[in-house]
Amino acid sequence: METLWFVIVAFMLAMYVILDGFDLGAGIIHLFAAKNQNERRTILNAIGPVWDGNEVWLLAAGGSLYFAFPKLYASSFSGFYLPLIIVLWLLILRALGIEFRHQVQNPLWKSFWDTSFSVGSILLSIFFGAALGNVVRGVPLNKDGYFFEPLWTTFTVVPEAGILDWFTVVMGLVGFFTLTSHGSNFIALKTEGDLQKRARSIAAMAWWGVLVGSIVAFISTWSIRPQIWQNYSDHPLGYVFPLLGMLGLVGMTVYNRSGKDTFAFLSSSLFIGGMLASTAFGLYPNVLPASTDPEYSLTIYNTAAQEYGLTVGLTWWLMGIMLATGYFVFVYRSFRGKVVLPAEESGY
Amino acid sequence: MEDALLIARLQFAFTIMYHYLFPQLTMGLGLLIVAMKWIALRRNDERYNEAARFWGKIFAINFAMGVVTGIPMEFQFGTNWAKFSTFAGGVIGQTLAMEGMFAFFLESSFLGLFIFGEKKLGPRGHFGAALAVFLGSWISGYFIVATNAWMQNPVGYAVAPDGTVHVNDFWALLLNPWLGWQYVHTMIGSVITASFVLAAVGAYYVLTDKHAEYGKVFLRIAVIAGVVSSILVAFPTGDAQVKNVYKYQPVTFAAMEGIFETKEGVELVLIGQPDMEKMKIDNPLYVPNFLSFLTHFSWQAEIKGLQAFPKDQWPTNIPLLYYSYHIMVGLGTIFIAIMAVSVLLLWRKRFFANRQILWVLMLSFPFPYIANTAGWATAELGRQPWLVYGLMRTAEGVSPTVSAGNSLFTLLGFLGLYFVIGVLFLLLVIKKINQGPA
Ligand code: HDD
Ligand code: HEM
Ligand code: HEM
Repeated sequence: METLWFVIVAFMLAMYVILDGFDLGAGIIHLFAAKNQNERRTILNAIGPVWDGNEVWLLAAGGSLYFAFPKLYASSFSGFYLPLIIVLWLLILRALGIEFRHQVQNPLWKSFWDTSFSVGSILLSIFFGAALGNVVRGVPLNKDGYFFEPLWTTFTVVPEAGILDWFTVVMGLVGFFTLTSHGSNFIALKTEGDLQKRARSIAAMAWWGVLVGSIVAFISTWSIRPQIWQNYSDHPLGYVFPLLGMLGLVGMTVYNRSGKDTFAFLSSSLFIGGMLASTAFGLYPNVLPASTDPEYSLTIYNTAAQEYGLTVGLTWWLMGIMLATGYFVFVYRSFRGKVVLPAEESGY
Repeated sequence: MEDALLIARLQFAFTIMYHYLFPQLTMGLGLLIVAMKWIALRRNDERYNEAARFWGKIFAINFAMGVVTGIPMEFQFGTNWAKFSTFAGGVIGQTLAMEGMFAFFLESSFLGLFIFGEKKLGPRGHFGAALAVFLGSWISGYFIVATNAWMQNPVGYAVAPDGTVHVNDFWALLLNPWLGWQYVHTMIGSVITASFVLAAVGAYYVLTDKHAEYGKVFLRIAVIAGVVSSILVAFPTGDAQVKNVYKYQPVTFAAMEGIFETKEGVELVLIGQPDMEKMKIDNPLYVPNFLSFLTHFSWQAEIKGLQAFPKDQWPTNIPLLYYSYHIMVGLGTIFIAIMAVSVLLLWRKRFFANRQILWVLMLSFPFPYIANTAGWATAELGRQPWLVYGLMRTAEGVSPTVSAGNSLFTLLGFLGLYFVIGVLFLLLVIKKINQGPA
């Protein structure tokens, strides 16, 4: 049962990264790809009806984490105190950028929110990558299973490291490049003309960042947390996840070159999903390794809620996920196709 | 740790009170927009569609604020109340996760359709989208109030060997005897807010003779919804809440009502200042024997005063609790009066020409916000010193590793950020109101 919920929470997080990832990515390239008011409006309209729904995956994943592994939720959220609150502020500024920008027809107002949307998205993509880095590297848990990490200490990977050290910064950059190309693929898919061309070329550039970053991350994970490979040598079937990820990586560049934006977008989704699944597979059954004493590591067993709750939860979770899938299919179908700007600005 | 606790509480209180300013309008307005769309469909009256579109815009801005201030709430259980989350996550994790799965997905998916999709969906589909958004927000209210109700009156749980609590009866959690009335009372409170906001904008339009036609449409819906909800909030729902408090948290009840001594035939204090040194109410204005009557239907029934309980069970801030409660009830009485007069005038067809009542309506929209906030302050202060009533003290719930300095930093950050976005929000809403319906 714990394992099942581990898979569910990992699945929901991956859905979050894939879905909100593309609107974060749209935010990253917002200032660079879109050169005029119309193009900026187009980018925002492409994500306008869906971004909030995408973000709900974060809440639902967080909620499921809270419910299935309360101890993990409590320990990690209080331990990553500052970065999480900063993430919240960035989410606020970014969201208001999307929602408030078009309410006032004043160039200063618009540039302010454009910047807030874009800078928010950029920093968030880096923070999310770094967060993953922290989970892989491990955190200084004490014997009660709590910890507190400052933002940075010496930038080296030591047991008392901060949130940001060279390893997590590398992971942050991988996050940044990945979401940049993912978001560009989405924008290329939803637009035409110059904007589409620029989005494609940004995707092509970011791809190199993803490639180099992934290689560096791969090698450094090898040296920092070799335990990760244990699960792979025990269960070689696990290699399908990294393989799928690599397939996605190849697809990203192939389809980008041939201009098949839908497939490029699916490939970057596959890459994200594959890489997250590989990490989760490697960590299992740990969920937050301790950098202090491996004994203190949080695992799915010492953090999970009890059997009864998990069983009841499964029932309503299945109902909920079917409903949610239904809404998403319906909404994405209703807004499918290229974004067409109405003749006059039709802000709501 | 003392400081850290205080700051964590201040931060939670500030961010939740701020968050609640927005959902209360969302939930009430959601209902009123559904009503407008319904009338438009039935009577084929385009004015009601236009009214729904106009309020849809304000709804969207308000909703965005609700979303961005709600996400920090969800996180704070973990960041600031880690011990509490470890302790109670096995129970309240259920309701919080269900809120995400059943409410937020629904709301956020259909709001996009409601706002952007009127042409694509057609009139019936658009009505459906409005209905889905409304349902989403009310389901959200249900699960979050269920969370709070469990903290007020824990049910359906078992204690594990490591001291944490876990749900062992799912339906008991969702059908908590505390929950039913609390939920209905809260939802009706939010309909009051929406009615007063609608009425204020309507009155402004009529008084300035701008968009006066729409102003009348708004006012008509507002005062009818307003009178019904103002009455329902007091009776039966408010009354039932009082009885629940009396039954499950008698010491809170004594503190709320300002009763120090145990005696028979207790008076209902309307106004007066609690004096904690002398243990009495100064300058009281009261109705003799009425409280005994309200709780027991008997003029002479005995009620326990604060002194009947050990001091470490007393709510920590009794005067504030007492005032919050009296502010809510006092305002509730005034709302009934304002809305009853308005409806009477509307019925006599003298409403729209009566500038005095329109002025009153235009200026009173802040008061439901105050009443709702005061209501929550009553509930939450009344629960003290418990975080989970009878099971965990507030002081035991705070995160063990987050220092006061770190949480002060984030508290100041929230204060600054929320101030700025609050100003921008007001500017935008004022602008929309001045633009008016098309
Ligand atoms: C417009 C808002 C509004 C108005 C006019 C009233 N209430 Fe209320 N009240 C609320 C909005 C509210 C609320 C915000 O919805 C609360 C906070 C927690 C809750 O359950 O509902 C609340 C709480 C609350 C509680 C506290 C429950 C607890 O300790 O947990 C009681 C006893 C009452 N109400 C009773 C009343 C009575 C007798 C009223 C008579 C007029 C009244 N309320 C008017
Ligand atoms: C229904 C969801 C809610 C939950 C689960 C909840 C939970 C909590 C928690 C965990 C605390 C911090 C611990 C404490 O100081 O007691 C708290 C305090 C507080 N909450 Fe709530 N709350 C909810 C709704 C609200 C709302 C809507 C408001 C106001 C509009 C509110 C007002 C307060 C206040 C004023 C405090 C501070 C009380 C004090 O520190 O003495 N709460 N609540
Ligand atoms: C501690 C308590 C609370 C938490 C953790 C919380 C959490 C949240 C979150 C995460 C959102 C954003 C949802 C999205 O992205 O779509 C939200 C919005 C919302 N919340 Fe809360 N909330 C709390 C208190 C309340 C209370 C007391 C109510 C009502 C009784 C409420 C009603 C709503 C509604 C209706 C929304 C939809 C957005 C809006 O109305 O503006 N919340 N809340």
